[in-house]
Amino acid sequence: MAVEDIGSGCSSSGDQEFHVLAVDDSIIDRKVIERLLKISCCKVTAVDSGSRALQYLGIDGERSSLEFDELKVNLIITDYSMPGMTGYELLKKIKGSTKLRQIPVVIMSSENILARIDRCLEEGAEDFLMKPVQLSDVERLRDFMLRGGEEERELGRKRKTPDDSCDCRPLRKRPTPLATACSSTFRALEEPVIVHES
Amino acid sequence: MEIGGEYLEILGSSILMTDYLEYSNALFREGLLDGQFIQLQMLRDDSNPDFVVEVVTLFFEDSQRILNELSKTLDEQNVDFKKIDANVHQLKGSSSSIGAQRVRNACIAFRSFCDAQDVESYGFCFFVLFPDQMCLRCLQQVKQEYLLVKNKLEALLRLEQQIVAAGGVVPTLNDVS
Repeated sequence: MAVEDIGSGCSSSGDQEFHVLAVDDSIIDRKVIERLLKISCCKVTAVDSGSRALQYLGIDGERSSLEFDELKVNLIITDYSMPGMTGYELLKKIKGSTKLRQIPVVIMSSENILARIDRCLEEGAEDFLMKPVQLSDVERLRDFMLRGGEEERELGRKRKTPDDSCDCRPLRKRPTPLATACSSTFRALEEPVIVHES
Repeated sequence: MEIGGEYLEILGSSILMTDYLEYSNALFREGLLDGQFIQLQMLRDDSNPDFVVEVVTLFFEDSQRILNELSKTLDEQNVDFKKIDANVHQLKGSSSSIGAQRVRNACIAFRSFCDAQDVESYGFCFFVLFPDQMCLRCLQQVKQEYLLVKNKLEALLRLEQQIVAAGGVVPTLNDVS
């Protein structure tokens, strides 16, 4: 990390950096989310589609499991509306994979559609962020994830079994759709809320 | 004299900074830019001094591409309204991400007039008779707003360059809208 980076204090601990995989088809949004994450002291890999994300995660079998561990992804943050594979479809694929389902997934969307938010949270998304995503959203997310990560490591040490054979979810409180919507209410109120997606 | 030179320098960059603040305040008041632009400015620091310029440049390139696509699609014999909708959605997203509020609003209006599904199911009305006409008008509006904000942003960023060249510091913006 450059010395001139401004002080959210990217102090290097003994642990590895928090690695986020960002998925968005918009080049502008990728640049912004990458910057937001880097400022929040995360290592970032940004890809432009769900299929590229799955390739990176090694789900198409091209990577050996050894390589995957070295590239360990701590969080996936994905746009909802993307051509080809939507963020929702990507979420389902990740949660449907024994290798990957432990990785928390956050969905971003510019549209405040309650049915969409519910669907994503039900499918196992950790959080749902309204676009445009702001620094405060990312910092809150990172803090939340880091706390959860510590708990997970504690549990892992106590259990002494490999992570992916365990079906337990980390002991974190899942945000309710309302709580998540409220965290970016200010922006959500700018567009009408659509209850049912056509 | 040395002191005189430094004084003039400070004066010069102060004037530029005042100009900059007045110019940007006007943009917020007129709704051309919104708070998201300030969010972007917050992401700029010594290690990434050109962040805003880079994002805005990407926005210009991407928007031009989308506008060209839209013109091309509307020019075709059988207009693909789903493609139109997808492109406008993209432009709405990117303009929203940089804070180009009026472009974003023009895109929202565009989509509500030219919703792919609605076009097929409208009753007997102007939209059914001339849906591509409606879309052309909407496109015109989006183009107008885009060119306006492009113009203003280029001027704003030029002012920033001048301030830095004069040894000043670009002031932090406040949303006065």
